[in-house]
Amino acid sequence: MHWRPNNCGRAPSEPWRKRRQAEAVLAAELLPTGTATATSVVFYFVVFLLFLAPPSYAQTKDSCLDCHSALPDPLGVSREKFGHDIHKQTGLTCSSCHGGDPTNDDPDKAMSRQAGWKGKIDRKQVPALCGRCHSDPSFMRQFNPTLRTDQLSQYETSVHGKRLANGDTKVAICTDCHSVHDLRVPSDPASTVSPLNVANTCARCHADPNHMSGYKIPTNQFAEYNKSVHFQALVVRGDMSAPTCPTCHGNHAATPPGVASVTNVCSTCHVFQAQLFDSSPHKEPFASAGLPGCVTCHGNHGIVHPTDAFIGTGSEAVCIQCHTEGDIGYTIAAKIKQQLVQLETAIGGAEQILDSAERSGMEVSDAKLDLAQAKDALIKARVTIHGFNLNRVQADIKPGLESAAKDYDAGQKALAERNYRRIGLGVSLVAIALVLVGLRMYIKQIEG
Amino acid sequence: MISLQNVRKWLDERLDWDDLIAPLREKAVPLHRLSHWYFLGGITLFLFAIQVLTGILLLLYYRPGANEAFESVQYIMTQVQFGWLIRSIHSWSANLMIFCAFAHMFSVLFLKAYRKPRELTWVSGVILLFLVMGFGFSGYLLPWNTLAFFATKVGTDIAGQVPGIGKPIMIFLRGGEEVTGATLTRFFGFHVAVLPGLMTLLVFVHLLLVQRTGISVPPKLEIEWKANPNAKREMKFFPNFLLRELIAWYVALGVLGVLAAIFPWNLGTKADPFSSAPAGIKPEWYFLFMFQTLKLIPAKVWFIDGEVVGVLLFAAIGMLWLLLPFFESDDPSRTKRWITGLTVFALAYVAGMSLYGHLAK
Repeated sequence: MHWRPNNCGRAPSEPWRKRRQAEAVLAAELLPTGTATATSVVFYFVVFLLFLAPPSYAQTKDSCLDCHSALPDPLGVSREKFGHDIHKQTGLTCSSCHGGDPTNDDPDKAMSRQAGWKGKIDRKQVPALCGRCHSDPSFMRQFNPTLRTDQLSQYETSVHGKRLANGDTKVAICTDCHSVHDLRVPSDPASTVSPLNVANTCARCHADPNHMSGYKIPTNQFAEYNKSVHFQALVVRGDMSAPTCPTCHGNHAATPPGVASVTNVCSTCHVFQAQLFDSSPHKEPFASAGLPGCVTCHGNHGIVHPTDAFIGTGSEAVCIQCHTEGDIGYTIAAKIKQQLVQLETAIGGAEQILDSAERSGMEVSDAKLDLAQAKDALIKARVTIHGFNLNRVQADIKPGLESAAKDYDAGQKALAERNYRRIGLGVSLVAIALVLVGLRMYIKQIEG
Repeated sequence: MISLQNVRKWLDERLDWDDLIAPLREKAVPLHRLSHWYFLGGITLFLFAIQVLTGILLLLYYRPGANEAFESVQYIMTQVQFGWLIRSIHSWSANLMIFCAFAHMFSVLFLKAYRKPRELTWVSGVILLFLVMGFGFSGYLLPWNTLAFFATKVGTDIAGQVPGIGKPIMIFLRGGEEVTGATLTRFFGFHVAVLPGLMTLLVFVHLLLVQRTGISVPPKLEIEWKANPNAKREMKFFPNFLLRELIAWYVALGVLGVLAAIFPWNLGTKADPFSSAPAGIKPEWYFLFMFQTLKLIPAKVWFIDGEVVGVLLFAAIGMLWLLLPFFESDDPSRTKRWITGLTVFALAYVAGMSLYGHLAK
């Protein structure tokens, strides 16, 4: 038999209807008869105001909060804190999880085993307790039909879930991440698992050397992540689609991606790079050497914004981690780098001359717009390099170089036009000056 | 061979040309240490003529409409021979014209030239100033760029604040609830038909009134010259003053050329009605003192919206400004000092608030 929380599914309109009925009865019993007096007018007005007043749901008796809201931590739960809890908002009470009889004012009876009181829930029992509702699609449908109900089964496949099953109670359980008594939906910015907060939530354990001692995994992931391009995108630029811990590790089924699946994880966002890598000459050797695809060159938690210095044979180039002078990979890396540098230099030159023309007041917006094509070509080439194929990179670079050359030419023409205008202005000013001198002389002549 | 003399004789036989230009020959301009202020009206008129001429040339290529306006101005700036020059001169000349009109107005106030019998000249002049500002407001939108679009949005919003008639005025100006292509075609109509028609008529009236009432001299000088007619010094309008005015026009033309060639008028980016307004959007400089004042008024003044108070205040000031000569004494020896004080305050306020508005973020 399934356990059901108290009050779940109760129609919220019930107390309101009762209140309306009570108001009607009150009005019928106390309604003054005879001629209208000032008192009766006031009475009607009060009844009218009562009718207009927004309905407040009748408070069901909750002796748990009556006491616990006054208790200090760890037993204290303020009404305000619990008021933010999504379970409270959907009608659940303390007894929904902890059992007991909240209608009884006597603490001994309210928290008696006869009343089904469970007390503090054992950490090992928490996932199962949450799963009683959250794994039941027909029950959860009443509150949110789109909510998944596989969290518990996913959790059981996670490192956390497996370790908990083996008796390790230090690992994360539902309440560690989602909080308890003020549990909010992930879309709530104040939720501990909202995209902006979830990394901090993971870091509470994973960045704590004391907590993580004995697990033989580093504790610098959070510090590294905070330096990453993904953190910049998510927190600094506010791009809510940028990845945070669960994006790569999963949430309920949290586990480190294995060497073989790293590329698949990254490819959920970086689709083209992953496809190119899969068809590249690196795919096979990386797999043989047990090197994780993307991570080998870009790192994992501390992924910084890649620059062109990553490729080639320079001191910052990742290629030289494996390739040495004289091998084919080294030569191709150098040529690819040279292609990128060539286009970037061409774009820089065109941009400089167009900016100079624009600062001179010349209308070069068309050429500047065209320059975007060259920039697009460079962006495309930077993606194409993940195939490590020189010909494909050259095919992307060529139209970019052509476009940049055209725009540079447009900039030169604009500057030539500016000089022509200034010469024209000089000639005009000389003509105007001559006319002014002529007029002055004429005035002198006629005025004697 | 047809000489100039023959043409003149031919015209004289038919139109009595000499009689026609006789008033010009008789017209005299008073000579004193402040005579150079008399050039301002003529320079404003010259700039208006430039506006008409360059405006007609721009009309040959400009296409009103949300989908075409920006592109057509871009075409004028990049493809049409000397299109950049015509458009830049049109824009710079518009700004110089408004500046000269303001300067002309303040010079008239300081020289007390609005006094009897020139009250109507003043009234027509102030209405002309309002029309010139209307030209500026309507013309600013025509390139359909981002700044113009949002400045028009803000400007028409402010017009919509007038109690009672504000909303209908706003809808009339916009051609709907929002600034759209309909606003652009409407403003184009105002800019090239309605306002030029009214302006030409009023310029004619203004010049006729100047011609009828003659050129004013400051009250002190008027008393002096009345007491001692021998002290009166004058210059013939034609050709002496007109030649000097011509010099001023040529200088104005040179300034316009320099501004247009060194600082061609920027086109900006095409307006996107769905984008958010750029930060710190401001109107053109000649509306800045009003805009900044509205910004400084608290959100609520007693129980009325601050913006409504501001708009009503400016409307009342505009009306009083128009009627200013009617508060002045007829006697040149008893002119009202408070009007001079008010002029000093108005000039300081307009200049100060404009500067503050320009520097404010």
